[in-house]
Amino acid sequence: MTDIATYNFAYLDEQTKRMIRRAILKGIAIPGYQVPFASREMPMPYGWGTGGVQVTASIIGPDDVLKVIDQGADDTTNAVSIRAFFKKVAKVAVTTETAKATIIQTRHRIPEHPLNAGQVLVFQVPIPEPLRFLEPRETETRKMHALEEYGLMHVKLYEDIARHGRIATTYAYPVKVEGRYVMDPSPTPKFDNPKMHRSPALQLFGAGREKRIYAVPPFTDVVSLDFEDHPFEVQTFDQPCALCAAENVYLDEVILDDHGGHMFVCSDTDHCEKRRADPSSPLSEGRAEGAGGGDLAASPATPSPALRAAPPHDGEGKEAR
Amino acid sequence: MYVAVKGGEAAIANAHRLLADRRRGDRSVPALRLDQIVEQLALGVDRVMSEGSLYDRKLAALAVVQARGDLIEAIFLLRAYRTTLPRFGYTNPVDTGAMQLERRVSATYKDLPGGQVLGPTFDYTHRLLDPQLAAGAEIEDPAQRPAEAEAMPRVSSILAHEGLIEADGDMPLDYVPGDITREPLQFPMARDIRLQALSRGDEGFLLALGYSTQRGYARNHPFVGEVRIGEVELELDVPELPFTVPLGSIRVTECQMVNQFKGSAKAPPQFTRGYGLVFGQSERKAMAMALCDRALRATELGEDVIAAAQDEEFVISHSDNVQATGFVEHLKLPHYVDFQAELDLVRRMRAEYQDRENQDKAEEKREAAE
Repeated sequence: MTDIATYNFAYLDEQTKRMIRRAILKGIAIPGYQVPFASREMPMPYGWGTGGVQVTASIIGPDDVLKVIDQGADDTTNAVSIRAFFKKVAKVAVTTETAKATIIQTRHRIPEHPLNAGQVLVFQVPIPEPLRFLEPRETETRKMHALEEYGLMHVKLYEDIARHGRIATTYAYPVKVEGRYVMDPSPTPKFDNPKMHRSPALQLFGAGREKRIYAVPPFTDVVSLDFEDHPFEVQTFDQPCALCAAENVYLDEVILDDHGGHMFVCSDTDHCEKRRADPSSPLSEGRAEGAGGGDLAASPATPSPALRAAPPHDGEGKEAR
Repeated sequence: MYVAVKGGEAAIANAHRLLADRRRGDRSVPALRLDQIVEQLALGVDRVMSEGSLYDRKLAALAVVQARGDLIEAIFLLRAYRTTLPRFGYTNPVDTGAMQLERRVSATYKDLPGGQVLGPTFDYTHRLLDPQLAAGAEIEDPAQRPAEAEAMPRVSSILAHEGLIEADGDMPLDYVPGDITREPLQFPMARDIRLQALSRGDEGFLLALGYSTQRGYARNHPFVGEVRIGEVELELDVPELPFTVPLGSIRVTECQMVNQFKGSAKAPPQFTRGYGLVFGQSERKAMAMALCDRALRATELGEDVIAAAQDEEFVISHSDNVQATGFVEHLKLPHYVDFQAELDLVRRMRAEYQDRENQDKAEEKREAAE
């Protein structure tokens, strides 16, 4: 009974890792396409990041440096728990610094600090199917993807506008990847959608309970769905972060008392702490002021002029500027 | 001044420590041993093995005590362990007709070869709490009878002689069954895959669905052809060896439901089958599984799909309690980023609404003044 609890490096057995890597490679080859994979039970509950954990476990090596965030923060309990898991089963180095990480597993946010080539962003995905709430049947939605039949989604967005005067989707905002597949960016606020567009980092998405993996390779077009007269817009905040004064970053509302007192602080804790520690750091300028993809200019791998000249993120309906 | 909340790590460690304390409870009460759980909470252990898809009483007992008696949590613990085990082969199909029976009842025949054997059943107990049990009364040894020399063929085989019941599956001999633990579920699925999913499906969920078919939501007129509980031999073919290797035996519960069928464009009038097979002793689960299996064959038999129990995607997608509990309980995780996005939207929409209201009121006033 005592020798039962021996586990392989990064928990999963090598056969399983190979199976998952094959799914990841297929996902990279067909950007935005949901690849079914034989998801395993993980030692944390379904719905708590098992897809992301399986993806990370399959790609992580002893030299990797892992960062785990939940809601943008490194210190939320589930992020702490997943980080501790990999520290235990893979003995890898962990960090809270976005720039130092080789793999960043995330739930609900993309870090404010621009990602670079060579970094991998692993998303935890609850419901990978962007059409699921319009059509509950998997057999139907797979057909719709195969036929590129996305009219239903546009009708939904249109009905939002007709009813509310705006598109009432604030997170998990649907995107079209490389002009083909409509994809759920996972429940990140739509604020983060532009960061996916032509990001130099590899973006992998794992949905454990739903048994799907999908991917956005580096420098891939990720365009939020919209209309010419109702272009895609990200959330804006009226005030800067109350702690580090950052503007154009995503903020969390913190309740201070029971009389309606509240303040807004950075959702990305690493970003906020960095700025407070070193006001002169280039971070103070904030990456998000230019809402493009990754920080192309700062990227060590110089992108082609065509990429550099690419306009910042646009909605689908708009002509490129 | 607000300070970003730190210390998640310490909080988690302390929570685990408190959990361990609560699990152990009063230290003056002796700790449970695994053999006590295996012997005295055997049906709970069986359920954990069955839905955990791992036949190992001791590990299941460990899971039960580690989960403080929460069986779904125990099932989860067992699953998370089994998934890391290497797969070195598949046994030959078990022959439940050759089962060493402890219980076997049929509701379709009064008597049949091998007879009816009640075995260790709650069925005819009066559900009166037994204070003597609490006092630790001595339990007498069971009555024994000589082992049955006569074969006890499955009731479905008896019916099959007359051609009254459909054949027991028509898979070709070289058909390789799927494995839901190695391949992703895809719909529509073959019956072998579906049965695997049902066998590890949540007892409560399948019970409710099976019950719903009895109350008219896809009624399929079931009779318990037979329920049998006993030990079956497991055998493995090893390519290097010229003989099959016996691996030992496992206890299973099998239910063959016999369902009336008036015939359709696809099949003549005959009895059809619903099938249930689970690890250990669990009649409720095996019977519920058989009802659901039969209901899910609606399309195959050309019946109208009108109820939840007949809907393969609905049933199979939601039958796994480890998945279900994980996703339901994940709502406890922080969602404040998304909630913030919704807050922002609702505030803006309310502000617009208020503007419109004020405008309307101002106009009304002006009109009234004029």
